[in-house]
Amino acid sequence: MNLSLLILLPVLTALVVLVVRDAKQVRAVALLGAVVQLVLCGFLLMAYTQERNAGNTTAFLFQQRAMWFTAFNIQYYLGVDGISVAMIMMTSLVVVAGVLVSWKIEKLTKEFFFLLLFLSAGAYGFFMSLDLFLMFFFLELAVIPKFLLIAIWGSGRKEYSANKLALMLMGGSAMVFVGLLAVYFYNGTPTFDLVALSKTHLPLVVQHRFFPFLFLGFGVFGALFPFHTWVPDGHSSAPTAASMFLAGISMKLGGYGCLRVATYLMPEGAVEYQWVIILLSAIAILYGAFATLMQTDLKYINAYSSVSHCGFVLLGIGMLTKTAITGAVMQMVSHGLMTALFFAAIGMLYERTHTRMVAHMGGLLKVTPFIGTVFFIAGLCSLGLPGLSGFAAEMTVFMGAWQNPDMWYRFATIAACASIVVTAVYILRALGKVMWGKLELKDHEHVAFADAAWNEKLAAVILIAGIVVIGVAPFLLQQLLSPAADTISKQILRAAF
Amino acid sequence: MSAINIALIPLLPLASFLLLGLFGKKHFKESGGIIGTLSLMGSAGLSLFTAYNYFFVSGKVNGVYQQLEVLKIQWLEFVPGVSIDMGLLLDPISVMMLVVVTFISLMVHVYSLGYMKGEERFSVYYSFLSLFTFSMLGLVLSSNIFQIYMFWELVGVSSFLLIGFYFEKPSAVAASKKAFIVTRFADLGFLIGILILAFHAETLDFKILIQRLTDVSSPQLHSAIAGGLFGISALTWGVLLVFAGGAGKSAMMPFHIWLPDAMEGPTPVSALIHAATMVVAGVYLVARLFPVFAISCPGALEVVMYVGAASALFAAVIACTQTDIKRVLAYSTMSQIGYMMFALGVSGYGGENGLGFTASMFHLFTHAMFKALLFLGAGAVIHYVHSNEMGDMGGLRRKMPVTHFTFLIACLAIAGVPPFSGFFSKEEILTATFHSNKLVYGVALFTAGLTAFYMFRLYFSIFWKRDFVSHGQHGGHGEAPFTMKLPLVILGLLAMVTGFVPFSEFVSSDGAALHSEFHLTMAIAPVVFGLVGILIAFVMYKSESDLPARVSVAMRGLYKGAYHKFYIDELYLFVTKKIVFNLVGRPSAWIDKNVVNGLVDASGMFAQDSSEELSVWQSGKVQNYAFWFLVGAIGLVIAFVIL
Repeated sequence: MNLSLLILLPVLTALVVLVVRDAKQVRAVALLGAVVQLVLCGFLLMAYTQERNAGNTTAFLFQQRAMWFTAFNIQYYLGVDGISVAMIMMTSLVVVAGVLVSWKIEKLTKEFFFLLLFLSAGAYGFFMSLDLFLMFFFLELAVIPKFLLIAIWGSGRKEYSANKLALMLMGGSAMVFVGLLAVYFYNGTPTFDLVALSKTHLPLVVQHRFFPFLFLGFGVFGALFPFHTWVPDGHSSAPTAASMFLAGISMKLGGYGCLRVATYLMPEGAVEYQWVIILLSAIAILYGAFATLMQTDLKYINAYSSVSHCGFVLLGIGMLTKTAITGAVMQMVSHGLMTALFFAAIGMLYERTHTRMVAHMGGLLKVTPFIGTVFFIAGLCSLGLPGLSGFAAEMTVFMGAWQNPDMWYRFATIAACASIVVTAVYILRALGKVMWGKLELKDHEHVAFADAAWNEKLAAVILIAGIVVIGVAPFLLQQLLSPAADTISKQILRAAF
Repeated sequence: MSAINIALIPLLPLASFLLLGLFGKKHFKESGGIIGTLSLMGSAGLSLFTAYNYFFVSGKVNGVYQQLEVLKIQWLEFVPGVSIDMGLLLDPISVMMLVVVTFISLMVHVYSLGYMKGEERFSVYYSFLSLFTFSMLGLVLSSNIFQIYMFWELVGVSSFLLIGFYFEKPSAVAASKKAFIVTRFADLGFLIGILILAFHAETLDFKILIQRLTDVSSPQLHSAIAGGLFGISALTWGVLLVFAGGAGKSAMMPFHIWLPDAMEGPTPVSALIHAATMVVAGVYLVARLFPVFAISCPGALEVVMYVGAASALFAAVIACTQTDIKRVLAYSTMSQIGYMMFALGVSGYGGENGLGFTASMFHLFTHAMFKALLFLGAGAVIHYVHSNEMGDMGGLRRKMPVTHFTFLIACLAIAGVPPFSGFFSKEEILTATFHSNKLVYGVALFTAGLTAFYMFRLYFSIFWKRDFVSHGQHGGHGEAPFTMKLPLVILGLLAMVTGFVPFSEFVSSDGAALHSEFHLTMAIAPVVFGLVGILIAFVMYKSESDLPARVSVAMRGLYKGAYHKFYIDELYLFVTKKIVFNLVGRPSAWIDKNVVNGLVDASGMFAQDSSEELSVWQSGKVQNYAFWFLVGAIGLVIAFVIL
């Protein structure tokens, strides 16, 4: 399997989008590109499982390597393990759904799809990079389009939100870069090669000093408390597809980086700062959930709940056990699909009602049964209903966290568990008001509009399919992740003893 | 006993759920009910077949009923040995529950064909019923404590969807949310309990878990007793937290507040979920883990006993004052589940000591029949009168003979009048309690009297008291369609005869037959209390008088308290609204907006301001640069001279 294809295809699609004539063709090309990419990712998944079943135990498969900047020993180096494959698969599902829900974008259609596809290329590249500099390059590639997407196609306080998001993420990147330089220089032979670096041992002092840079830097992307404030504003100002990408994919770059770079390369640093990570993520989980309770705008509700849910990712990583780490990645995949579904549904409603305020809507299930059902499924997944993906992921985090016998960490776990109650409260409040109850819509005398169109239905079905497959058969995802999580936890064990 | 037969019991309703859920609106608008009912007939038939096979053919080895794990599929492995498995566990209580759940569900499916006729979302209703039945059957058959938790959540959601079925009614929406959130809160305890037990027992499998946590020589039991917090062992914490989950589902104090409100759902749903099956899941859970409670954790079992007894009495007192007939029945359900709980609480493990266990399960069994009957009867009455209020009823015995007669049977059964079914199970509970705890025995006896009183208050108010005056609301239809009468008659017959089932031969704490004898002396007291209760109800409510009003005035304080359900709802409202929302939620949102975000904005502002300040220096005017260059140079010179 040629991994470069997965980066090349979205870039090519983006370029073709630029040269075709009208909006119709732009959409068709974008959708075609996204679907072909999804199929390719499916092939990657199959090829990967085949290799693993055939007994290939190399940490990273399908490696590709070429020298990029000889002077600095920077390489173009790609390869995937189970975690990458899972993230790539999730990304491709969200991209297809995102293209589908953007079907009606009228303003600068061409540029919109160009940026969307470019962003996805950055995400794919990021998840496959085995060279830290290359990884950083893709990380940056995924920030700039976001700024434009919000500033041009956004709503509300879009300039403020776009600035805030870009600046905070840039700040995070700067911290990451400092960490990367430390890894590069304090390692004997200067290199960004992740595989080679994992086999060497960074001096303790360096780890203790620079682990915070890497973890906090990536943590900004992953909505680590208290660096999460770009999330609510950014998500709510962004157009639907951009919100889906932001919450579904971009926030996962952070979690992935925390795991793949910070924890994997500086295990002693992770052990040293374990209590900080756990404390901050437990706060994010519970405090995010309580802050959600008070939100009145559907997008803010989902954005704050994302802060809470992404807390589980960092909590799982912070617990440093294999099970918890597996759970963290499961949560990334699950949350990516679920939150994209939620934003898609909110976008569909907004297009019809022109409001996102919970108080202004009521009883919409009656006029839009399909969108209503999508809302319910996303909501139930969010509150952890068994049979949908959220449950399996969260329970794996809890079980893994409890393996850590430290009593304070158990209190943190209990606090995290308590969020399932708060989540139920805010989800049911929103669902009960918007979908159930008397049919009403502020400033509208007659509530009459069509239920979901074909493109919206297809987008929802694709995401729901992912959620249900993981929810019903989580062992599939877990088997995919297990060897990779094992490699990382072994690295940590080596550090701890 | 093939695994496929048993797996089909929950899978048939699942298939019906998927079929109706995905295609119901388009293709099965009318036929949804028939499809659901047929799938349930299949399940019920297979359950009876399984029960016959288990109890009479293959379940017994050397006189002891075995726990058979007919299927076990690994679903999610956490660490080696600790995994969620999807299994099917057969033992006396699960097989008994299979029969109860499929049978009552079948009755409710048939009844709903008439009751829900003409409803626009008919097929949706049946898909939810199927979802519930699937989840409940999965719960009953679970062989793994995490598996039971999963189905536990699924029954919770199906209950939520069904309570909120009439979603345009604000009260139904509120009730469904309340039910879900209150039970979710209790489930938090369940989840943490699982985490604790799983950590110490190093397994999630019921069979192994129970074996490890009851064996004095096992290292797991030692670790569970050694660890702990606040002087309570980890084992006790785990078991009590699991029980908290059970108390939530079974509407025990202090988690009972959702059950009366849940009556907003369609009445057949109340009969199925909130009377006969889901609400007894808590009892079932304690019974499932009973050896751990009885052998290793007697302290926790005592808690179960007191919670059960307190709930039984408390709910019975409230039931005496309510005027909504479904709410009376809801409180009665809570009270009867209290009976089942404290019966487990007074029980020991094994042999004669296990009488309480058997009695509890027996009462669960008989109660399912007569309480479902009461609800379905109440449904028929509501269908006819178009009101839930006792004040709108009276004298219905002539208009609704079938309902009247079957309702009377159920009332006699719950009041414990021989030879109806409730008499036998209640007598067994009281016998077990008498030998174990005299205080609880006294509570139970008094509650038995109260039960008879409020049930007959209900009965007389509906069917006697005054002549029925139609308010012209109902469309002049007859008593009820055949599909509604049939389940009433069948359940009525069962409420008469199920007491004669030699239950203790089949279900006991350790699987060996328990030869419980019938003690005439023990039966006298509850029957007398019951008859006195009925007599008082007869005097007060047989015909219209000012007696009830006078009594309520005489017992003003107690009456008012009970009428307002002892203000527990208000207490909850205070805690959630005032404390959780105002003191936690609002500050969190505020801090996020003003402090955390404020810092971000402030740092942004600082950067902007300071760059603006600095930009003054980059004015591009050569004169300025020259001037400041000069100033600097002179300054340097001065500095050199001075230093």
